[in-house]
Parts: sequence; structure tokens; C-alpha cells
Amino acid sequence: MADHTTFSYDVLIVGAGGAGLRAAIEAARGGVSVGLICKSLLGKAHTVMAEGGMAAAMANNDDRDNWRVHFADTMRGGQYLNNWRMAEIHAKEAPDRVRELEGWGAVFDRTPDGRINQRNFGGHRYPRLAHVGDRTGLELIRTLQDHTVYLGVQVHMEHTVIDLLLDGGRAAGVVAYDRERGRFKVFSAKAVVLATGGLGRAYKVTSNSWEGTGDGHALAYRVGAELIDMEFIQFHPTGMVWPPSVKGILVTEGVRGEGGVLKNSQGRRFMFDDIPDNYKPQTASDPEEGWRYTQGDKSARRPPELLTRDHVARCINREVKAGRGSPHGGVFLDIAWIKEKIKDSEAHIKRKLPSMYHQFKELADLDITKEPMEVGPTTHYVMGGIRVDADSQESTIPGLFAAGECAAGINGANRLGGNSLSDLIVFGKRAGEYAAEFARGRGATRLDQGAVDRAILSSLEPFERGDVGENPYKIQADLQDTMQSLVGIVRTESEMQEALVRIEALKARAANTCVSGHREYHSGWHTALDLRNLLAVSEAIARSAIERRESRGGHFREDCPDKIAEFSTVNMMVKRSADGTMELSRVPLPPIPDYLKAVIEEQKS
Amino acid sequence: MATATFKLWRTRTDGDGAFQPYQTEISDGMVVLDVVHKIQAEQAPDLAVRWNCKAGKCGSCSAEINGKPRLMCMTRLSQVNLNEPVTVEPMRAFPSIKDLVTDVSWNMRVKQTIQKFAPRPADAPDGTWRMAQKDVDRVQEFRKCIECFLCQDVCHVLRDHNKHDEFIGPRFFVYAANLEMNPIDTADRVPDLKDKHNIGYCNITKCCTKVCPEHIHITDNAIIPLKERVVDRFYDPVSKLLRTVTGPRRQVP
Repeated sequence: MADHTTFSYDVLIVGAGGAGLRAAIEAARGGVSVGLICKSLLGKAHTVMAEGGMAAAMANNDDRDNWRVHFADTMRGGQYLNNWRMAEIHAKEAPDRVRELEGWGAVFDRTPDGRINQRNFGGHRYPRLAHVGDRTGLELIRTLQDHTVYLGVQVHMEHTVIDLLLDGGRAAGVVAYDRERGRFKVFSAKAVVLATGGLGRAYKVTSNSWEGTGDGHALAYRVGAELIDMEFIQFHPTGMVWPPSVKGILVTEGVRGEGGVLKNSQGRRFMFDDIPDNYKPQTASDPEEGWRYTQGDKSARRPPELLTRDHVARCINREVKAGRGSPHGGVFLDIAWIKEKIKDSEAHIKRKLPSMYHQFKELADLDITKEPMEVGPTTHYVMGGIRVDADSQESTIPGLFAAGECAAGINGANRLGGNSLSDLIVFGKRAGEYAAEFARGRGATRLDQGAVDRAILSSLEPFERGDVGENPYKIQADLQDTMQSLVGIVRTESEMQEALVRIEALKARAANTCVSGHREYHSGWHTALDLRNLLAVSEAIARSAIERRESRGGHFREDCPDKIAEFSTVNMMVKRSADGTMELSRVPLPPIPDYLKAVIEEQKS
Repeated sequence: MATATFKLWRTRTDGDGAFQPYQTEISDGMVVLDVVHKIQAEQAPDLAVRWNCKAGKCGSCSAEINGKPRLMCMTRLSQVNLNEPVTVEPMRAFPSIKDLVTDVSWNMRVKQTIQKFAPRPADAPDGTWRMAQKDVDRVQEFRKCIECFLCQDVCHVLRDHNKHDEFIGPRFFVYAANLEMNPIDTADRVPDLKDKHNIGYCNITKCCTKVCPEHIHITDNAIIPLKERVVDRFYDPVSKLLRTVTGPRRQVP
């Protein structure tokens, strides 16, 4: 028997970002024992990077807002591939989830009458994002973290999960190792919640930290859960492009929400040149109207810089490819220009966008109150993920729940900015609630000792090869190059087929990694173990993207640039087949009930 | 491409350690964390370094660079002298785990000793409160904290006098201040600050403020106002006299 210690909980949560913490709070409220595993220290998860805010139709800044408008905005943004029920739940419950944070110590920016202030964001019809300057993610994670630590939740920091364990087809726990000492831990549980976030590390240019290796997606996939919508990757239009070491780091959409404009090297506001027909009625006809919108003029329509992220990213990509880019391969994002409109613009920008000011000042030696930034698309978010029941967040494996970025459904083909933080708290809560309910009604699970031993022994193989084998960092870099160049922002079938061939070759190399030294905090070993997950999700992305022979939302095919009706009613789904290969199929979208169809129609004008 | 020498702290299995020099290529715009990663990928795959967001937002990559507590991800090479070897070592006020990584779990335990947020009943039927921006500005300053613990690392009371059992350190005075000054909080943490958390040990040398990567005015805006509350409550002769007449001070909601 391989050496390990064992822990037992009613509900085990994997991941301690916004969704995992919110799930932990709700599960603990449900009166069950709760264990929480996170890859980093508590409070460091990628949620801290979220800047702009969390979308909730509280109507504090514009009383025309309500859940119906938010629902319709989310569906339109997702090109109607969303799970309608998740979009409905999200729009209806987000306001309460945001308000309760205040009772846990969150301190949002205020309106003049003392309520939670809400800002404009791309794709949202009314100002809807509750925020704290441009560090809303930090506020969210700290609030949840500080609330959780008093609830008796057992936190296992700096632990990585290797495999999920099943008992007769039902989730039964996980095998993990602690990163600090390299010791193996087995966690048995009656219900498991995956809240592991995204997979941006499959790409070279990404806003994601090292943690975004698609762990939850891959763990669930390996035990037979279904993944949907994996072709939909969100390339955030504005990442830093210079200096090279910070390439990909996010520049919040809030810059554009506060009046920032995109310009090419000729000084042209190119976003006015390409406004999709279905957004024309809501888009400003000239720069002046766009500016008035950003300053809260309710009669004005939004500037084209605030169109959906997929569209803005492609427009930037086009400008750069056409040779109208900035010196370091991006375009210009200018907030400094507002000095023409606002008296003390320097102080105004610093107050509204403090972290952006700080980030550019410290990392690029650039003062955003005086000069334009250089920005370009960066891999930001995956819309696809584990297929879950809309109400309970349970996956197709009994007792296995998923919430946040690793779950799919709410976003469809493209996520609106601000819908992620609200997704975390709405569905994190539901996952915790239903996981606790599931655990209360079930007996203990039996640990599959054979599976535990296999997981541990195979994890140690890189050490056994010693010096004879592949460098894991090199394989990761080669995979990132492959995904970036062949399954990126603009795709073709032939390139993606080539990517699949390369992924197969990388799989063979990944099975032959070697590391030396001891197991304590060994990044090389950790990277070797992460490769399996990255390769699985990369293959899922490429296979789903090949099958969707059209362009929609975050998925753009140069060889099929139009939307095709036959794809408007299906999600791509991948699943592990009995022989271990990846099986792809189309699953029909659940039909939208009439009352929600009516909401969509009424909001179209 | 230029090269530079970095001396990174490497621990041995017996827990002790030494600086080990690495020569590496450097390029324009790099930060210290990039160099550490480059060395890790090319020369020292088992080098331990903790990091996360690489944008100064998560506070994971705290270290001492040329002896100064800093975030590795926010220290550009243009800010250090590359003509001499650059030293990078772990925070010294915390136990070592390996190489550049320290055990900061003490901080997590300290937080739980501070009375949690306790809001007054909601002001509005929807369960929310009304607060003016000007009343939350100072709390928002404290809430910028990214928990990098550089302030803890540099605090004499912890670093030189090892008072971890009696003193909570600047990070948790900031945390306590954020709760105490929250307009809707009703708890009273002043007695704990005096007796349990020993705020009196701080002799306001402002070392914490100097190293804060978020530029929080830790000493002026958090610690000194909290010290004043302790003094007003327990040491001010006038209010002491008044209390003998009016009875013990009650928290005004």
C-alpha cells in the first residue's frame, strides 16, 4: 500500500476561489463537516485578479434594470447557447448574493445616496457591476475567506488533487499531495464539489496564473463526467503586451467603462468601423454619445469599445494583422484623453482605476493618466466545462458537483464581463447547498484502495526516471505554443487537425517526464503532474472546435466565418469512452420555455 | 542579450541553507520573479518559489531582494543593481519550508483570534446598509491589503523579538482597523488590542509602512488610531474620572 494519510469529510470542496469558498460557507451552514483543498495559500486564488465587478441587477444606478434585462443580456452575449435555466437563476439570485456580502464585511463603492455603486460594462444594458475600484475580485475573495475562517471549515492549503475516486459510480473522494512536503493525502467524502477555475495555462499568452491548468475539467473527464462547450475560449481584448514578461496580464474592461477608447496606429477609433447588426440599436452613433454613456447619461448608448469581448478581441486582432498595430504588437487603449472632458482627470483616473495605474506604473513604467496603454488579446476564460444540472450544479456523476469557471452552461458561447464573479457566488452557493443535502442523505463511501495506490505510484514515476526523460517545463511550453498558434483566436480546420497530431506526440512525451531531487515544493514535479490535465483539456478544446463548423461567440473559424443554423441548437460534448479515447457528440440545447422567450423578445428593441 | 548573476537561497535537507549563484540571460522589462522562473526552468527544476498572479495582486511571492522585503513580481530589474550579484532569499520572520518558500500559516491562525465582523441590523428592507463613500474611504484603504506579509516580515517585534505568541503584527492591526472603522460594525476590539494583541509593543518605527506594496499607511492610518483608542479607553485620566461617575463605557452603536 502506497504511503499516505487519510481525511474524511461529508463535503469536500476542491478549489478556494470565489466559487469554492462560497460553496464551503453554504455547505457548513448545511450542518455537515466540510473540507476545503486549495492549490495555493488561502486567499490567493485567481479570483483576486478579477477587476471590474460583479453583475447583479440591483438597479441602484438605473431603476430600469431588473433580472429580465440581465437574463436577456446574458443570453444575447452567449449567442443563445447558454443553459437558459442557469442564466435565469443567475439573473434572479445575483442581487441577493451581492447584498449578503455586505453583511459579511465587503465594502463596495457607494452611490451618492449611500447604496452599492454599479458601473457600466460590455454587453450589459444598464450599469450593473457592483465594484470596489478595480480590485473587486480581491474584495470578494477576502470577504468570503474572512467569513469562512470562523465557520470550522478545515482548510488544506497548497494541496493538489491528482485523481477523483468513485465508489460504485458515485463520487467518493480524491487523492492529493501536499505541495510543501510532497506527501500523499487521501480524502474520502460523501460529496465532492469541484471549483477549480480555468485552463488559461494551455495557452502562451494568458491572464491566468500557474493554477489555471484545467484540473477540475480533467479530473471530472477522467472519471466519465461530460464536458460541454469546450470550443468557447474567451480571449479578453485587453491584456498587457509589453514588457514581454507581463504579456497577457489583464487590463480591466473598466478602463473602457470609464471612457477609455481603442485606437490604432493611425489614431483611428476602429471600433466604430465594425458594429454587428444585432448590437447596432444599442451602440452609440458617434464618440460624443459614447462618452456621455460612460458618464452615466441614461439617454446615451454605449460606445463600441464596450461591445462583447469576443468581438472587440477580433477587431484588435484584425488591426494588428493589417499592420495598424502599436509598436509591440497591440493597439492603443487611451484613458488619458479624458483630460479634454474632466478637469482633474489625473486624480479621477487614479481614483477610478487605482490598480491599473499602479500596474502600468510599476511594470511598464507608464503613466496611464498621461499616455495611452498598449493592449492586445489574452486568453482569459473558458466558457466550457463540466456539464451540470442547472439548479443543483450536480454533474452527470452522482455526488460530484461543479461551480464557477470549471462548470459550463451559464455563459454559452461568450461570457459577459462581470458575470463571472456573480456566477461564483450564485452557483457556488447552490453547489454547497446541494452537496450538503446530498451528503446528509447518504451513507459513507468506500475507498477504492487499488485506485489510491495506482494514482500515487503513477505520480511518482517521474522521480523513478531520474535524469532519463523529458523536461516537463519544455513540454508545457511546447503545448502552449501549439494551442496559441493553432487553436487560438482565429481558427481553421487544418491547423486544428495539426494541433491534434501535436497533442498526441506531447502526450507520449508527457508520459516520459523526469525529475530529480526531493518531493518538497518541487515545481518541476508539479508541472509534470499538471501536464496530464492540460493535455486533456487542450484535446477537448481542439476536438470541439473542429466539430463546430461555424463562427459564434468566442469561437471564430476563418474557414467558416458565418453563424450556421444547425449549430444554434446544440452544445458540443466530450466524454471519455470505454477504451480511454475522447468521444465527441452533439447534445441538443434544452428548449427555452415560452415565458423566457418572451423576455428575450421584449428586450430585443 | 545581457547576463546577470543571481544568488538564490537554497535550503539543504537538514533545513540549513546557503546562497547559490546562477548566471542567467536577462532582457528588457523583466522582473525578479521572471529571473527566478528562468533559472528554475533551465538550471534548477527543483527550486521552490511560491507565486501566483504575477501582477502584484495576490501577495504570494514575497521575498527579500538584496536584503529588502519586496514582491518578486513587482521588482523590475531596472530597480536593482545588476553589476553585482542580486541576492534573493525567503522572508526571515517565518520558518523556512524550502528555498524561497516560508511557512506563513501563523498568520492564518492569528486572524481567527480577532473578533469577527458584526454588523448592526440592516438599514433597509432589502438587507443592505446606507454608507457614504467618504465614510468608507479609510476602510477601503485597509481592504487593499493583499496579505503578502512583508509588513510582518519587517516588524522588529516579530522579526527580532519573536513575539509571535503575544503580538499580531501590522497586517492584523490593519485587519482590526478595517473592522473597527467599518461604519456598520458593532463589535468592540479595543480591550483585545490592548491585552491580547499587545498593540503597545509597536513603537511606530514605520518599517511596515515602508515595505507595503499597496502603499497602505499602516502606521499612520491603522496602528496609531487604534493605539489612540486604547489610550482613550484605558489611560486617559479625564475619561477615567468620568467613568467613575457615569459607569463603564458602553459601545455606541
